[in-house]
Amino acid sequence: MAPLDDARTWDVLVLGGGNAALCAAIEARAAGASVLLLEAAPVPFRGGNSRHTRNMRTMHEGPLAPLTDAYPEEEYWEDLLKVTGGLTDETLARMAIRGTAEHVPWMIAHGVRFQPPLGGTLHLARTNAFFLGGGKALVNAYYAAARAAGVEVAYETEVVDLAMEEGRCTGAVVLHGGARHEIGAHAVVAAAGGFESNLAWLREAWGPPADNFIVRGTPYNMGKVLKLLLAKGARPVSDATQGHCVAIDARSPRFDGGIVTRVDAVSLGIVVNRESKRFYDEGEDFWPKRYAIWGRLVAAQPGQIGYSIIDAKSMGKFMPPVFPPVKAATIAELARALGLDPAALEATVAEFNAAVRPGTFDHTRFDDCRTEGLAPAKTHWARRIDTPPFFAYPLRPGITFTYLGVAVDEKARMRMTDGSLARNVFAAGEIMAGNILGKGYLAGIGMAIGTTFGRIAGEEAARLARA
Amino acid sequence: MPAPETVALQDLVAEAQRVLAICNACRYCEGYCAVFPALERRLSFDEGDVHYLANLCHNCGSCLYACQYAPPHEFQLDFPRILAQVRGETYRKYAWPAALGALFRRNGTAAALAVAASLVLAFAFLAAFAGEDRFFSAWSDAQGSFYALLPHGPMAAIFGIAFVAAAVALAAGFARFWRDTGEPLGALFTPVATAGAAGDALTLRYLDGGGEGCTYPDAKPSFARRRFHHLTFYGFLLCFAATCVATVYHYAFGWEAPYAFLSLPVLLGTAGGIGLVVGPVGLLALRARRDPELADPAQSGMDLAFLALLFLTGATGLALLAFRETVAMGTLLAAHLAMVLALFATMPYGKFVHAVYRLAALARFHIERRRPVPDVAAE
Repeated sequence: MAPLDDARTWDVLVLGGGNAALCAAIEARAAGASVLLLEAAPVPFRGGNSRHTRNMRTMHEGPLAPLTDAYPEEEYWEDLLKVTGGLTDETLARMAIRGTAEHVPWMIAHGVRFQPPLGGTLHLARTNAFFLGGGKALVNAYYAAARAAGVEVAYETEVVDLAMEEGRCTGAVVLHGGARHEIGAHAVVAAAGGFESNLAWLREAWGPPADNFIVRGTPYNMGKVLKLLLAKGARPVSDATQGHCVAIDARSPRFDGGIVTRVDAVSLGIVVNRESKRFYDEGEDFWPKRYAIWGRLVAAQPGQIGYSIIDAKSMGKFMPPVFPPVKAATIAELARALGLDPAALEATVAEFNAAVRPGTFDHTRFDDCRTEGLAPAKTHWARRIDTPPFFAYPLRPGITFTYLGVAVDEKARMRMTDGSLARNVFAAGEIMAGNILGKGYLAGIGMAIGTTFGRIAGEEAARLARA
Repeated sequence: MPAPETVALQDLVAEAQRVLAICNACRYCEGYCAVFPALERRLSFDEGDVHYLANLCHNCGSCLYACQYAPPHEFQLDFPRILAQVRGETYRKYAWPAALGALFRRNGTAAALAVAASLVLAFAFLAAFAGEDRFFSAWSDAQGSFYALLPHGPMAAIFGIAFVAAAVALAAGFARFWRDTGEPLGALFTPVATAGAAGDALTLRYLDGGGEGCTYPDAKPSFARRRFHHLTFYGFLLCFAATCVATVYHYAFGWEAPYAFLSLPVLLGTAGGIGLVVGPVGLLALRARRDPELADPAQSGMDLAFLALLFLTGATGLALLAFRETVAMGTLLAAHLAMVLALFATMPYGKFVHAVYRLAALARFHIERRRPVPDVAAE
C-alpha cells in the first residue's frame, strides 16, 4: 500500500478511522499538515462505531434546522450531570457541549446531511440532530471529504506498537497484509475507540459474565491503541467496567448488530430473570434513562439473561424489534418455550397481576398505573398481563462503548501518569470519552465528544507538527 | 406441487420480509425517499405490501451505501436489489393477459423477436403496397414522401390498434395491481392521489437520494440518472405529442404529411427524437458503470431491450426526417415503423410497465400519507 511505503515523516498520524479520527484528519489537513489516517477495518466496515450512530446531541439557543426550539448549554449540562452522577470533567464537558453548535455548519460543509428525527424518536427532535442515512452515510461523507482534501488513508492497517518515550511519540509500527511498516510522525492523534470488541479484555474486567455479553458495534475496536498508550504511561480515566451497555435481544449476532437489536417492550410488561423472578422496576423511567440502565441490570442476573414479557394489549405499541417475539397462548406455555419453570413464571405473573392498581394507562407520560405491595414495584405503566397471546423477548447485555480511556487537557493533549502533558500525542473520541462520561450515557453525546475533540486534536496536532 | 414461479416469488417475498423487518427496526434511511415512511406505517409485511414498497422504490441506491447492514455484513441486507427482484415479479404477476406475463422471463429475447417480427411485417407491408421500384426511389415532399409508398389509412389502422391494445393491457395491469392494494378505486381518482403521484413522477422526485442526487452509478451522489431519464421520458412524450398533433392536422384540417421542418409536429418530433437518442444512451452508459449490488442481474435483458428500442425509435425517426427525400426513405420508413410497432407491442410486457406500477405505488403513498401513523411508544 503506497502511503505505508512512503518513507516520509508525516506531520500528523491519525490512529483510527471513525468520526473523531476523520474530524482530526480533515482539520489537520486544512491547517496544512500532511496526514496519514490508519484504519484497522476494511472499507465496508470502516468508521468504528460511528458507522452505527444516528445523531449528535446538539446544543442550540434557538431553532437550528432540523432541531426545534432550543436546547441551551445549561440544560445539556444538567442532563449530563444527571446520567453521570457527577463523574465528569466540567471544563471538558462544557467544551464538548458548546462545540456542537458550531459543528453543524462545519459538518454540512464536509458532506454530512441532516434529517428530521426518525419515526418513533420525536422526543429527540429538540436535542439530537439526526444524520440522513445514519452514521455510515456520515462516515462515507467524511472519507470522501478527507480524500478530496489530500488526507492519505490506509485500510486494514493495525497499530501494533508506538515509538514513544517520555511522552513523545515519533511513529507507529503497523501491520498491513502480514507486513510490518514503520511510520514516522511529528504528531499523533489517537482516535481508535475503546476496547468493547476485545472479548478477552471484557472478561478481564467483568469476569465470566462477559462471556454472555453481546457487542453491539464494530468488531474492530480491540483497544490496541488504548492498551499501548496506557503501557507507555498515559493516565487512565474511568475504569474498565464502565461503558454504555443496553439490554438487547439475546438472539443478536455476537458483533455488529447495531440499532436493530434493541427491544423497547420493557416498560410495557415485566422483565424476569432465568429464575422467573422480576428484579427491577420496569416502569421507573422513560427512555433514554431506562435504555441506559437495563444492560447493566441484566448483566447482574444469573446467566446474564432476562425476558421481557408482554401480552396482546401491548403488541404493536413499541418500535418493532428485528427478531420476532416468542409467542404462546398461556404463560405456562411461554415459560416452556423460553426454558423457564412454568409454575414459577405463572406465580410471578399472578403476583404481579394481583398487585396492579387500577389507573389510566398513558405511555406518553408518567401515568398512575402502578403496583402496590410488590417488591420490586412497577411504578408506572403497570397493566395486568392477562390477554393472550403472550409474547417474550429474551434480553442480554449489549455492550456499546467502553469508557476506560486516557486523560486529556482542553487542547485534547494526552496526560501522562505523572500529571505532565504528552509532548505530541492527542486523543479524541471514545478513547478519551471517559473524561466526560465517568459512567451512564446520554444519547448522541458520543458524536458530540468525538467531533469536538477530533477537530481540536487535528488542529492542535497540525499546529505542533508545523511549528 | 406449486409452479416454479410461485416458489420463486414466495422466496423473494420471504427475503423481502426479512429485510423490511430490519429496516423497520433501524429507520436510519427515513429521509431518503417515500419507501421508508411507507414501511414504517406497518408492523408486518404481506405480499401486497412487498409489491407496493418495491414499486415505490426508484432504485436510487442511497440506502445501500448508507446501510450499516449491507454486504459483507452478516445480515446481507441489499435493499435496492431485493426490491428490484420483487419488481420483476410484480411485472410478471400483474401482466394482462396473465399468460403473457411469461414474456418477462426472457424479456430480452422476447423484445428481440418482437423487433424482428415488426421488421419483417413493416418491410413486407411496404413491399406489398409500394412494390420494389417505388420503394427504392426518391420522393420529394411535394410528391407526398411517405404516402407515395404507403396509404395513410392502413398505417393509421395498424398503429391505432397497437396503441389501443397496449393501453388496454397496461390499464388492466394497473387495475389488477390496484385491486391487490386493497385501496378503493375511488381513492385513486382524488386530487391527493392523482396530483401527488403525477407530480412525483413528472419531476422524478425520488430519484434524488434525499436531495443531493442518487448514488448511481456509484457511491458519489449525482443527478445524471434523473437528467437522462427526463430526456428519455420527455422525449417520448414529445414524440407522442408530435403524433397527436399530426393526427389532428390530418383529420381535422386535412393537412397531410410530410410536414415542413419548422412545422409543429416536426419540431416536436425532432426535439423528442433527440431526447429519445440522448436519454437512452446516457442511461445505458450509466448502467454499464453501475454497482452490481444495486441491480437484479436477471432483468438486464429487459432493461437493455427497452432502452435499445427507445433509442432505435428515436434514431430511425431522426434519420427518416433527414433523408426523407432520398432513396433511403423507403428503408428508413420501414425501419422506423417497425421500431414504433415493436415499442407498442412490447410496452405492456417490458420495462415500460415500471411507470405503471410506480404511479400506482405513488398514488397509494399519497393516499396513505393522509392517515395517522400507528401509535408506537417512544423508544
